[in-house]
Amino acid sequence: MKTFLHGLAALGLGIAMATSAEAAEYPLKKPPQVEWSFDGPFGTYDKAQLQRGFKVYREVCSSCHSLDMVAFRNLEDLGYTDEQVRAIAAEYEVEDGPDENGDMFTRPATPSDYFPAPFANPEQAAASNNGAAPPDFSLLAKARAVERGFPTFLFDIFTQYAEGGVDYIHALLTGYEEEAEGHEVPEGTYYNPYFLSSASLAMAPPLSDGMVTYDDGSPETVDQYSRDVAAFMMWAAEPHLEARKATGFTVMIFLVLFGGLVYLTKRKVWAEAH
Amino acid sequence: MSGGHSTYTPKTGFGRWMDARLPLPRLVYDSFVAYPVPRNLNYAYTFGGILSLMLTVQILTGIVLAMHYASNTEIAFSSVEKIMRDVNSGWLLRYLHANGASFFFIAVYVHIFRGLFYGSYKAPRELLWILGCIIYLLMMATAFMGYVLPWGQMSFWGATVITGFFTAIPLVGDWIQQLLLGGFAVDNPTLNRFFSLHYLLPFMIAGVVVLHIWALHVTGQTNPTGIEVKQKTDTVAFTPYATIKDGFAMVVFLLVFLYFVFYIPNYLGHPDNYIEANPLQTPAHIVPEWYFLPFYAILRAITFNIGPIDSKLGGVLAMFGAIAVLFVVPWLDTSKVRSAVYRPWYQLFFWLFVADAIFLGWLGSRPAEGAYVAMAQAATLYYFAFFIVVMPVLGLIETPRRMPNSITEAVLEKNKPGTPAAQTAGEA
Repeated sequence: MKTFLHGLAALGLGIAMATSAEAAEYPLKKPPQVEWSFDGPFGTYDKAQLQRGFKVYREVCSSCHSLDMVAFRNLEDLGYTDEQVRAIAAEYEVEDGPDENGDMFTRPATPSDYFPAPFANPEQAAASNNGAAPPDFSLLAKARAVERGFPTFLFDIFTQYAEGGVDYIHALLTGYEEEAEGHEVPEGTYYNPYFLSSASLAMAPPLSDGMVTYDDGSPETVDQYSRDVAAFMMWAAEPHLEARKATGFTVMIFLVLFGGLVYLTKRKVWAEAH
Repeated sequence: MSGGHSTYTPKTGFGRWMDARLPLPRLVYDSFVAYPVPRNLNYAYTFGGILSLMLTVQILTGIVLAMHYASNTEIAFSSVEKIMRDVNSGWLLRYLHANGASFFFIAVYVHIFRGLFYGSYKAPRELLWILGCIIYLLMMATAFMGYVLPWGQMSFWGATVITGFFTAIPLVGDWIQQLLLGGFAVDNPTLNRFFSLHYLLPFMIAGVVVLHIWALHVTGQTNPTGIEVKQKTDTVAFTPYATIKDGFAMVVFLLVFLYFVFYIPNYLGHPDNYIEANPLQTPAHIVPEWYFLPFYAILRAITFNIGPIDSKLGGVLAMFGAIAVLFVVPWLDTSKVRSAVYRPWYQLFFWLFVADAIFLGWLGSRPAEGAYVAMAQAATLYYFAFFIVVMPVLGLIETPRRMPNSITEAVLEKNKPGTPAAQTAGEA
């Protein structure tokens, strides 16, 4: 009983102290929750948005960030036709070979090729980017998330919140600030209170208003670019999301109905036993 | 209970022919049809069946995943992504397998806590309980090695930290660690042997499960009253009664499991495991999978030296001790009453223990600094006190509630609360 009382006292004290201990942690600000077409049980990708996000990636991000796990053929998911995919692929040069003379050569990419990386290796990527290699985009939307904390992480089960990655990416891209508010910003880094592991990061603000031209009339703002490229990255990380959610709904309906029948059978069987 | 005569009578000529040569149909009939189970089992008793289902799901999905996975550090990570992207329904198989591990543990924790609550470990079921503890240990080893296979950041660093525990053992520690790793650090030999063992251990689990069920069918199941079966009216036949009840529980369990698989498949995982393993970059916080967190908290709670035992060895001993203590539970509990239903004080301490285990789990996910350390120490103290102090002492001093004379009486009492039950003929 005594151990238990001591434990309880320590517990209460501990919880009071834990709140203050967490204040110095990064990120300095939690990402705001954005509404995504693909959230919730019936979420689907907005193909127009994915195409815009792909455009932002191609024209801005791809000069530093690779997309190793996505092949050109996958772009059909974005609503492009076979011819369009071929045309997009042909704009890229990939290395192939060896040919009959044993030499490597380059040729235009075909749909079965993967996106070529902007740098030959991580060392070269780091050397050209202030010492920090830009991460590959293929899985980034699932590889980043800010901790939700108690009790939010419990509510997330019921709200099906699984957009921590894209919310973070959107917050980071729109979150650069001039004023560092007393935080030390090392030379060559940029203050961003949403950055996961420190107060500033090596990537300069990559987007600015009007930088990428949209032909579907969507606003050409940093906020819109960020949303679009984050959605594109979610698709790159989880290309089968739509099939997963659609299958899930069928499975849930089936299990509820089947479970109901099994329950009624169980009631009938047990009625005589009691 | 299975000591009784077999009631199986083959109905066909082929049945009689089989029965005279290999009475497998008789074994199945006696074990899963005619086998008598207490009539008062509640839904807490359905988790054994659910666990068999989860083991099957894990083995089946695992076998198919192994057809596409490559256990080489150069390509392991991308082979998993190939499964997610290019293998037909690969995403489903992998999410089933990854979440299946978590739900396997959810089920086993309910199953273990149910055993602790209803005193299922008491004589004559000590071996049954110990076999269960062995299954749990094998599950932990399997899950740990399985988590290394995707070769993400948490795979790599989790493996580094956990195999590092062994170096705390005096004299042979370094040798054991090198044997586990196949070298001096987590690398390709580690991944290969972990894959091999990850494929082997589930079949060992299946083997121990057979022994576990065998032992269960020798002693018969316990039940919420803790009173042994005394008469025929105390039991019902396994089929259809237990089968349909287990079946319903399985469907409900699957509903929750598949909700996670289809809607929040990465909820129980860690984002860092979608980053390929990088031996040169340590993650900010290395955390194991959620089902190991209570033990991780216990490990890190020992921050002080105890005599010749330094804090590192102390932590490792405490962590292994937290599992080892489960093996001797049948002899730690001194109470003559089996079920917590009739033990008001034990019930209180039991629920505190459940809360303590969950609290330890939360602490395991926090960095080991500041107030968290003190909280983990207090929670660890209660964890061990529950087994080493509460169980033996409470059994001697607690006055149990009045118990019914038989299962039948308990059921009748419950169904007709107005009528007083048969006169009490003393404590059972």
